[in-house]
Amino acid sequence: MKTVDRILGHLVSCKDVTHLLSEREDRALTSFERIKLEWHLAVCKACMAVEKQFRVLHEAMRRYRQ
Amino acid sequence: MSADFLKELEIQRGYLLRVARLQLRDAALAEDVVQDTLVAALAAQSGFTGRSSVKTWLTGILKHKIVDAIRRKQREPVAASTLDDEADIEDFDALFNERGSWRDKPTEWASPDDALSQRQFFEIMEMCMEKLPPNTARVFMMREVMELETEEICKELSITANNLWVILYRARMSLRECLQLNWFADGRRA
Repeated sequence: MKTVDRILGHLVSCKDVTHLLSEREDRALTSFERIKLEWHLAVCKACMAVEKQFRVLHEAMRRYRQ
Repeated sequence: MSADFLKELEIQRGYLLRVARLQLRDAALAEDVVQDTLVAALAAQSGFTGRSSVKTWLTGILKHKIVDAIRRKQREPVAASTLDDEADIEDFDALFNERGSWRDKPTEWASPDDALSQRQFFEIMEMCMEKLPPNTARVFMMREVMELETEEICKELSITANNLWVILYRARMSLRECLQLNWFADGRRA
C-alpha cells in the first residue's frame, strides 16, 4: 500500500505541483491533473505546506482589494 | 452626500495611487489615471448605489482607466518584448533539485490569520509586489486586484495563455518567497 501511494504520489514532481497550484487559480485543471495533484499532496508534507501558503496569499489579495 | 463623498474619495486616493503605480510603474501616468478615475467618480456619483463599498466601486473605474493606459503604452514596441523576456526566465530552479524535488522543504506558515489582521503585513506585501519585475507585477495586479479574466489579460497584452500562466506562477512564487523571508521567517511576528 505504502509503495503504491509513493508511486502514485510521484507521478508529478514538487516543482510540477507548484505550477498546478498556481494554474488552478487561472484555468480549470484536467481531471488527471487534479488527481495527480491530490495524490502528491497526500504524501508530500512540503507541498501541502505550500498549498496552504498559496491559500494565504490568495486570501491576502482578497482582503487587499476590499 | 457631497462632503462625505469627497472625503471618502480622498481616503481612497492613496490606495488607488499605489495600485496604479504598481501596475503602470510610471508615477506621472499613475497620477493621471487616478485623477481621471476621481473625476469620473464625481461625474457618476449618482451611479454609486452603495451596494458595493466605495473602494470596490472606485477600483472598478480605475480598472478601465488602467486598461486604457496600458493599451496606449502597448503600442510602444519595448513593452511587448520585455513581457516575453519575463515569461522566458526560468529561475526558481534554485528551489528544486534536478528531479524537481524541494532542496529546502517548505514548512507551514505560523499564524497566518494573525498576519492577515495586521496592517504591517500588507505593507510588507506591497513592498514584495514592488520588487516584482514591472510586467510581472502588472499582470499579477490585473489578475488579482482588478480581477480581470485571463482571456481579457491575454487580449489586452497580446500574450498567449501559456505565457500568462507562467508569468502569474512567477509572481505568486516570488511573493511567497518574499513573504516567507520578510514576515513568516521572522520569529518575533509569529
